[in-house]
Amino acid sequence: MKAVITVLGKDNVGILSKVSTACAEVGVNIIEVTQSVLQDMFAMIMLAEIDKATVPFNEITNRLNKVGDEIGTKIHVMHEDIFNSMHKI
Amino acid sequence: MIETKDILETINMIDNENLDIRTITMGISLIDCIDSDIDKACDKIYDKICRYAKELVKTGENISAEYGIPIINKRIAVTPISIIAGVCQTQKILKFAKTLDKVADTLGVDFIGGYSALVEKGFAAGDYALIESIPEALSLTSKVCSSVNIGSTKAGINMDAVKMMGDTVLKTAQATKDNNCIGAAKLVTFCNAVQDNPFMAGAFHGIGEADCVINVGVSGPGVVRSALSKNKCKDITEVADLVKKTAFKITRMGQLVAKEASSRLSIPFGIVDLSLAPTPAVGDSVAHILEEMGLEICGCHGTTAALALLNDAVKKGGVMASSHVGGLSGAFIPVSEDAGMINAVNRGALDITKLEAMTAVCSVGLDMIVIPGDTTSHTISAIIADEAAIGMVNSKTTAVRVIPAIGKKAGDTLSFGGLLGAGPVMNTRFGSAEKFVNLGGRIPAPLQALKN
Repeated sequence: MKAVITVLGKDNVGILSKVSTACAEVGVNIIEVTQSVLQDMFAMIMLAEIDKATVPFNEITNRLNKVGDEIGTKIHVMHEDIFNSMHKI
Repeated sequence: MIETKDILETINMIDNENLDIRTITMGISLIDCIDSDIDKACDKIYDKICRYAKELVKTGENISAEYGIPIINKRIAVTPISIIAGVCQTQKILKFAKTLDKVADTLGVDFIGGYSALVEKGFAAGDYALIESIPEALSLTSKVCSSVNIGSTKAGINMDAVKMMGDTVLKTAQATKDNNCIGAAKLVTFCNAVQDNPFMAGAFHGIGEADCVINVGVSGPGVVRSALSKNKCKDITEVADLVKKTAFKITRMGQLVAKEASSRLSIPFGIVDLSLAPTPAVGDSVAHILEEMGLEICGCHGTTAALALLNDAVKKGGVMASSHVGGLSGAFIPVSEDAGMINAVNRGALDITKLEAMTAVCSVGLDMIVIPGDTTSHTISAIIADEAAIGMVNSKTTAVRVIPAIGKKAGDTLSFGGLLGAGPVMNTRFGSAEKFVNLGGRIPAPLQALKN
């Protein structure tokens, strides 16, 4: 199963490294990353494989939310199907 | 990969525009719990609901966490209790209400619906006893919801039941007067009630339904309003197209959640209900959508036309997004649950007669309307009869959920809290319908019923 991790907020040093470290710690494999910085706003979207994660989905969300709080950004972890079903016929 | 703008759009809908799944409702048939001994019947009901729904709340929470979409309520709807009660050798049937409340508490669901009777053509065994027990049942329980179907296009309107319901609504409000008359907010009187409605207070599990199904009700007035405000439409056709596209997206989310819940619980998927259900939260109002279309205030002339367009476009957009559409499916206009409606009432733009006209073109009916506490039962019956007539003639569901605010008068406010919100007390029309209501009997089914 694939999850979409989105990181939205003010640009900061080390966002990518902190988020990917948190992912690596729980066995979440990042497949694809796109990011954009518009003025000060930072938007990063990661597609991640979570089948081999070492903790349940809730725990992944909790950990990434904690990282988000530390670096002052909002992080969402959502099953990719929600985007597929909403935006594709 | 999925497009960045699509991902951000979805997240924005959830974070800022109050997009949510209003409810996952599990419908459970109680036909196999029938027993002439009420104690045995109640034991069977408790056991069966526990067995089927024990994972409902947890599954809802897990889906909510994984997909990142809030699922506000988890509910249960059961076979109308009057059918079960009709077999019992007792008229004291309150135990059914208490059992339903207990099982709802045990499972942690938000509401349980089905303390209901279907009497559109007449009363069968159990129906009288059930309707008479409603005021006490709703005052002694906290999660039980009750509904009574008093008319249909096929059967006409049972005016004896209409008379009884006026009285029942008033007594229910009186029985819960120390608790903001909340009992009346959990009691709906229907014409053309649907069997697979996931929304409370009117949900019950129809007798034509399977043993157990999962129905889902979506929400999202905030998303529709925001889409209209972001995209300046050239004309009303564009408005309708935009509402359709937005409704499609909202409904797809409902379909996904319904399919997922159904597969995880190993229970067949029933329907997705396409209703736009407002909440008292800022930005989650159906009235504000109408105002976004160019009305100065909801309730002004033009409101009925705008609502008709909205209601139709929501269905057209939603119907392709789901494999099975059902329930009520349309825009709701509950006054106390909609910040824009409350504002319109307070400013004098919206009254009960305009609301009645609006119910002819949208989902449901006179919903969550607070009326003065000294309103007579005949007036409430007459309100029910008017609304049922609109439903009967137009072959649509209509309902009345009015709350007589005991001890309050027009201009006061009655506050329920939570999803039910707070409503200004609204005047009813003057003049008495006492003689008309007391005539009793049945209003014959209209010609529309003769389609064969």
